[in-house]
Amino acid sequence: MSWTLVLALSAIAYFFKATGLVVVGGRHLPGAVNRCLDLIPAALVSALIVNSTLGGDDGIVFDARAIGVAAAMLLAAKRAPLVVVIMAGAAVTALARAAGLAA
Amino acid sequence: MTETLSNTNENERSLVMSCAVLGAAVGVFGIAFGVGSVAAGGSIAMTCVMSLLVFTGASQFSAVSVIASGGSTAAALGGASLLAARNGVYGLAMSRTLQGSVFSRLVAAQITIDESTAMSTAQTHPRAARTAFWWTGVSVYVFWNLGTLIGALAGSAIDPEQFGLDAAFPAGFVAMVIPHLRHQNGRRAAAIGAVACALTIPFLPPGVPILCAAVGVLVGVKRP
Repeated sequence: MSWTLVLALSAIAYFFKATGLVVVGGRHLPGAVNRCLDLIPAALVSALIVNSTLGGDDGIVFDARAIGVAAAMLLAAKRAPLVVVIMAGAAVTALARAAGLAA
Repeated sequence: MTETLSNTNENERSLVMSCAVLGAAVGVFGIAFGVGSVAAGGSIAMTCVMSLLVFTGASQFSAVSVIASGGSTAAALGGASLLAARNGVYGLAMSRTLQGSVFSRLVAAQITIDESTAMSTAQTHPRAARTAFWWTGVSVYVFWNLGTLIGALAGSAIDPEQFGLDAAFPAGFVAMVIPHLRHQNGRRAAAIGAVACALTIPFLPPGVPILCAAVGVLVGVKRP
């Protein structure tokens, strides 16, 4: 992680926020563009789950993280509060790791 | 007349209260971000400055988790920028509600995020919409940054892997993606994104599979 990343992302994030609010103002974007922009979180966040759960040095690995994230998914599907989902994910991963279930 | 007025004040108080509670809940995510960011090699200062200046959670989580998985700065910026692009849409949605001076809109821009937009657009009266936007934005800003600081301090004091904190990011992402799965197009985009990422992880440099997942948004091209 570097200051370049921090500052460049700050500039980019503010650029997007201000463009919509100040520059573009009340104008409308085409419907298809709006619909695609709305879907960015769904597509990217699900990829982030895959990447940070299964991503390893040499491709895909199944380790203790997968067990913890599976627990988090179960709880999230049962509408558990955010803090419970995060803490359970971390705790189950730690336990699985300590038990030597997966590296 | 007085009754209407006191009802309005009553409603406004309860609205402000919900905005503050929402902000406090987001503070938990802030703690998770702080912990994860120092675990990914960020200093406490970098971590806190990122929350103060970038201030859009999904982008921050994305950037740091790409770095944590060994990705380059460019790959981290790519995915994070795509996620930040949706704040532009929120700005468009809020532009009718926030018609103050250019200065006040430049300030409002920094707090134009998921939560403030969602709370504001849920109100029927323009006045309540403005109240909801500012109170939610400011309360999320305060709690997000407070949470980040707490998380960064705690994360640098312990061994993150021993406590399973490397799984805190994906667990947080799981909680974040749930609301997007309520609509069929959201579920399709999520499935395509996850598969595109999994298929490309073995072949592409770390972080780049996240960008490939963007192909999932194309399900939005067709009118539902």
